Amino acid sequence: MEAGTAASRTARPEVVLHGLRTRPRGWLEWLTTTDHKKIGILYLFTTFLFFILGGVEALIMRLQLAQPDSTLIDPGAYNGLVTVHGTTMVFLFLVPVLAGFGNYLVPLMIGARDMAFPRLNALSYWLLLFGGIAFYCSFFFEPPQAGWTMYPPLSDDAFLPSGGVDAWIFMIHLTGISSIVGAINFIATIHNMRAPGMSWGRMPLFVWAILVYSYLLVAALPSVAAAVTMLLTDRHFGTAFFDPAGGGDPMLWQHLFWFFGHPEVYIMVLPVFGMVSEILPVFARKPIFGYKAIAASTVAIAFLGLLVWAHHMFTTPTPTVVLAFFMLSSFMIAVPTGIKIFNWIATLWRGQIVLKTPLYFAAALPGLFVIGGISGVILAIFPVDWQLHDTYFVVAHFHYVLFGGSVFGLFGGLYYWYPKMTGRLMSESLGKLSFWLMFIGFNATFLPQHSAGLSGMPRRIYDYSDQLDVGIYNLISSIGAFILGIGVVVTVVNALVSLKSGKRAGNDPWKGNTLEWFTQSPPPPNNFDVVPRVRSVEPMKDIRREVATTSVPAETVAQPAAPRSL
Amino acid sequence: MAAVAAAFAALLVVVPGASADLLTPESGGSPNANDIDTLYKITLYVAIVIFLIVEGTLIWSLVKYRLRRGGPEAAQIRGNTPLEMGWTVAAALILVVLTVVTFLYLDDIENPPASGPNGLRASQARFASIDQPEPPKSGGPILRIGVNGQQYIWRYDYAGGDQLFSYYEMVVPTDTTVVLEVTGSDVIHSWWIPELGGKVDGVPGHVNKTWFKIPESKAGRVFDGQCAELCGEGHADMRAEVRAVTPDEFEAWADRQRADIKAAGEALSEQRKQREARGEVD
Repeated sequence: MEAGTAASRTARPEVVLHGLRTRPRGWLEWLTTTDHKKIGILYLFTTFLFFILGGVEALIMRLQLAQPDSTLIDPGAYNGLVTVHGTTMVFLFLVPVLAGFGNYLVPLMIGARDMAFPRLNALSYWLLLFGGIAFYCSFFFEPPQAGWTMYPPLSDDAFLPSGGVDAWIFMIHLTGISSIVGAINFIATIHNMRAPGMSWGRMPLFVWAILVYSYLLVAALPSVAAAVTMLLTDRHFGTAFFDPAGGGDPMLWQHLFWFFGHPEVYIMVLPVFGMVSEILPVFARKPIFGYKAIAASTVAIAFLGLLVWAHHMFTTPTPTVVLAFFMLSSFMIAVPTGIKIFNWIATLWRGQIVLKTPLYFAAALPGLFVIGGISGVILAIFPVDWQLHDTYFVVAHFHYVLFGGSVFGLFGGLYYWYPKMTGRLMSESLGKLSFWLMFIGFNATFLPQHSAGLSGMPRRIYDYSDQLDVGIYNLISSIGAFILGIGVVVTVVNALVSLKSGKRAGNDPWKGNTLEWFTQSPPPPNNFDVVPRVRSVEPMKDIRREVATTSVPAETVAQPAAPRSL
Repeated sequence: MAAVAAAFAALLVVVPGASADLLTPESGGSPNANDIDTLYKITLYVAIVIFLIVEGTLIWSLVKYRLRRGGPEAAQIRGNTPLEMGWTVAAALILVVLTVVTFLYLDDIENPPASGPNGLRASQARFASIDQPEPPKSGGPILRIGVNGQQYIWRYDYAGGDQLFSYYEMVVPTDTTVVLEVTGSDVIHSWWIPELGGKVDGVPGHVNKTWFKIPESKAGRVFDGQCAELCGEGHADMRAEVRAVTPDEFEAWADRQRADIKAAGEALSEQRKQREARGEVD
């Protein structure tokens, strides 16, 4: 269904306005807003705050691990940091930050005036915020100490009686409802509210990615919601779902958790792939290479992502035939992922690459993600995984995927869309400084961790023995982490300073391809006074060409009623 | 970016020969650990080739096609079906090769072989057992040890007649196939001695299996390891040792250990009787 055509509008009954609510001003406006752009900015602001919190937790851990036999923090506090860092980065940063970008960008990119359910959208945000607050309140008593995977029996009340685990369960429920509601909103918006002419084959790749992200959330989240509810009743109401003494089984948790947990990885990375697929062609001055292959591979990754969960459980008591199945399904996922990487490189090839900060971050993604992808294939070979599982090799692997992939990509997205959101450009020199600090710091942090794991260092240990010979890897890693931290701070400073002093961006500072660049920066509350008719996957390129050849103003070119053929 | 990537690439190429541990897992204590190491190395070589191709074309494209005055126009290409089909099939083929290689090694990694001629002899070893559900390929005596993870120590129960167990340090004979039956009695733990092969989780309510066979030449060596699954505050301190000794030394140790256990049991019984006599026990 395509909304907004003149014919369908007259056929509907008139909406009569009975009164006009005055728009509240100041902070009250932010509290009551249902505008997808304001909600998007609230999301981005909140999630970056959690990103900084999670980063500080990581730096404390790196400080502790810089040397063997360090006594900076005690084991219980360290396990708390491990848990809170992982939980924050997954549930309070990476998943919702993408909802934030999606909220801001999806209606603009598809030429809609808002999300399908604006109030539900506000609910999503507030549930997320209060989920995060509920979780961080555990700092006032005792944070959970069983890792972000919260495996029972350790997470059961017999071993962790404090309320930290319960705060975690509460947070999973609140952010889970937030994500599901948000996902349904995205699905309804993308299916129903696309601009005239925007068929599936003309939809921006970022919107494709958000659509798939939403379906994955709907498919995966109920599993973890069920699991944490069972954990809650095990802890407080005498059930024994995960307690072997009562006939339960700890393995059940692992299956339910990872049935959610692995799709979660793709939830955290696919929208960023979408961002990179938007940024690279703009700065290479070329169309995206293999649009259909990239959209199809997104769908393929999501489907296969639902079938690989037990590769997190290769060391558990599980029959070999099951292990072999999950090895093969994990292998298969490398094919569509490889297709994306090749397509991005082919997009850059024979382009005219404009070396601006968004491109630096976006082009770093394939370069770093491929390392995480390759180590992922190595880990998928289950006999090899028996050596590498739960070591720092795995820590390095998923940080290459989630930091080298997701975080680098979405920093590219921040630099790319910041001018649209604020009307001002971020500083290029600070941006490039931030990029190089982050790039060098990131690799210094996580490259040596492969070697630490291969030498026998398990993850989640507050202290390691001098005899293990991993001291040098850990020292380099800790130094790298602080360089990385400084790099992130430079971008934060850049974003704050540019708010006031950045160069004015205008509607379309990058010569973008998609509809968000058609409207003003920042866009007015209704987004578009005129919704352009979409004739290709790059509607803005069509409009620019038309303006250049006919010297008719863009607004007129875009008029859907205007009788002209492109 | 080019410099960093080039340095990293150089590191990857040069190092595998130079240092055994920088880029490969621990091995040397048992054939399964060695097979895993070999399988890992084959994968790593394939990985290095793919890594160099991807990073090479990426960096080359970024440098060669950067915007320059008077440079060539951007080529308006939207795709190339044969090329795209080509790299899809190529990626799939590489994975087929890795699958085949994995299955070639799998049998040797997973299934315990028979003990060697200089291993523990069945007649000597009352605790050696051949009545296990999955006997090794060519039969022969093996040593079965139940491994039980507890917060925060490992307990080893040797199969067979008189009670024989130990904590922390596992003593095993060389050239003998040792099959471990791993479980956990409170939370999940994971047994891992890197040089003796992969890790197995000790999950309460389940028994998980692994094995090792330490060559004769390693008699007298101690292999270190530690718990690999977060199990609580003492997780990082939950270490384990496997001491390899000759079968004769093992016999001697086992006799001594059994005698000690028996003596301790008798002492306990004696103590109880004395306390009963003093009226301290109901």
